[in-house]
Amino acid sequence: MAAFVVRRILVNIVVFILIGIGVFLLVRAAPGDPVRMMIRPEDLQEGSEGFIQARRAELGLDDPVLVQYGRWFLDAVTGDLGSSFISREPVSGLLLERLGPTVLLMSTALGIALLIAIPLGTIAAVRRNTGVDYAAAALSLGVISVPSFFLGIVAIYLFSLQLGWLPSSGMSTPGGGGGADILEHLIMPAAILGLAAAGPLTRYVRGSLIDELSADYVRTAEAKGGSPVRVVGRHALRNSLIPLITIVMINIPQMLAGAVVLEQVFAWPGMGQLAVRAVNTQDYPVIVGFALYVAALVLICNLLADLAYAVVDPRVKVT
Amino acid sequence: MTQSEPLLEVDDLAVEFRTDEGVVKAVDGASFTVDRGEIVGVVGESGSGKSVTAMSILGLVKSGRRAGGTIRFRGRDLGALPAKELRSIRGGEIAMIFQDPMTALNPVVTIGRQIVEALRLHDKKLAKGAARDRAIELLALVGMPDAAARFRQYPHEFSGGMRQRAMIAMAIANGPSLLIADEPTTALDVTIQAQVLDLLKVAQQETQAATLLITHDLGVVAELADRVVVMYAGRVVEQGDVITVFTEPRHPYTVGLLESLPRLDRDVDELHPIPGSPPSLLAPPPGCPFHPRCPLARDRCRTERPPLRAVGAAHHSACHFAEELAAVVPTEVTR
Repeated sequence: MAAFVVRRILVNIVVFILIGIGVFLLVRAAPGDPVRMMIRPEDLQEGSEGFIQARRAELGLDDPVLVQYGRWFLDAVTGDLGSSFISREPVSGLLLERLGPTVLLMSTALGIALLIAIPLGTIAAVRRNTGVDYAAAALSLGVISVPSFFLGIVAIYLFSLQLGWLPSSGMSTPGGGGGADILEHLIMPAAILGLAAAGPLTRYVRGSLIDELSADYVRTAEAKGGSPVRVVGRHALRNSLIPLITIVMINIPQMLAGAVVLEQVFAWPGMGQLAVRAVNTQDYPVIVGFALYVAALVLICNLLADLAYAVVDPRVKVT
Repeated sequence: MTQSEPLLEVDDLAVEFRTDEGVVKAVDGASFTVDRGEIVGVVGESGSGKSVTAMSILGLVKSGRRAGGTIRFRGRDLGALPAKELRSIRGGEIAMIFQDPMTALNPVVTIGRQIVEALRLHDKKLAKGAARDRAIELLALVGMPDAAARFRQYPHEFSGGMRQRAMIAMAIANGPSLLIADEPTTALDVTIQAQVLDLLKVAQQETQAATLLITHDLGVVAELADRVVVMYAGRVVEQGDVITVFTEPRHPYTVGLLESLPRLDRDVDELHPIPGSPPSLLAPPPGCPFHPRCPLARDRCRTERPPLRAVGAAHHSACHFAEELAAVVPTEVTR
């Protein structure tokens, strides 16, 4: 187990470095110039060119790309991801500050997704080809098909503007705060993000459980005198949820992509919002930092998935 | 309930499966009985309906539909029982042993917990510790070396034979009065088969349970069974005492089965398979289902379905011309 973890971490470090190189080169290959982005076009004057050159030199952007990368890499290994071109704040600090809200949003959404998908998928599998099953299929397909930003706007209109039940944006009321306040702000974006993920997961739980329900050991459990709830819950469902671990882990990056959009809609102060702003202003260090955070998240989730397998499935031994 | 009443009485059982091609009559009017403590072998080829019959007893046929007949256990109609009462019989008074021990055990639950589950489902007051001790006892009883350690292991850590032992331990956990063993040795290595058969005998003696042994292996029936039920195309074609049926078969299909066996006790130049193949259950032939393959078939067999009738003391055959076989079959054909 320990050897497996060490080996996987070493491989992940290599992957991580390669991702860093890729992202670093790609953002600089994109057209546009961060220094020009800082200046409003109407402010460009005769003398601006000199200022721009000076600013580029100051940011190190006039060096060859490889030199820039080498400098960035040597800093990065010490944990210094550089500073934002715009705010001059250190990138690690900016991202860390926003990591919390994003993780809170995503983990709540994931919890909601599982709380919907597992019961609904189970009912759909047990009562397959009945009205309940078709309704679950329609619901899943619906939330897969409707873009979450649209649902977000509809939800804001309904629950914030019309009913006035929930705040429409941000993570807390200015001056207010506290757990209940954050929860009120969290409900809408997390529910919508969770609903979007619940669609495919429900279908997956259904399919996986249907496979397990026809397994011989399920018949054995019935022949022992187990009740339907016991046979499904203790035997079939347990086996059918093992592959779900992988599906959930594959879904996490996808959810993050959804979160980036929803954070815009709900002005949620997460990494997504920061990343969109950074891309718009070509704030290279922030973009690269964000990409690395996401990459780390994905790599860690994959590693955890493999380890989770070894815990829940006695047949799997990681070596 | 009188002592003479059979423990299990299957009467005119019919089970159908709806498929895209039509309705398959997997079991079509099967009748037989099992008495207390006796071992009844049900033999037949693949598709003869023997496994479906076995599954029907506990209502475990998933996609199929009971199309007729009754199954009585101690005088109670199992098909008419409320789900809860049927569950208390499943694994309690009637227990099953399945064909493939590789897939019949839950792969992510330890063997011990699976046996404990069987115990506690039928004795809600049984404490965890006591159930555990009883399960280990059962594992030891079925010849599991180091039962206490095996209790904590998962099915994948067991060999096929050991898994079948665990299945048997689970089946006899609640002292059933009827054990249904569906091809219990088919999925096992030949060397293990004999051990498992011996174990079934031990289990039967231990629990005094009547046993319904489903198999395609006549040798297994000869070894273990008191009586034999021969099935063909979803029907019972012959039943009776094992020795009688094997020495004086009164159905041409049984004769064919016996003749197709290799023998050790005398030189046989070639084996005699039954010509043709079992009929399609989608469109079974009219009259006697065996007539297309039967050497004795005549016009009557093609139109009139032969009923199961007495041809001797506790010996029944579903052949119009059963009596002729007495002359045709020399007793030395069989053992």
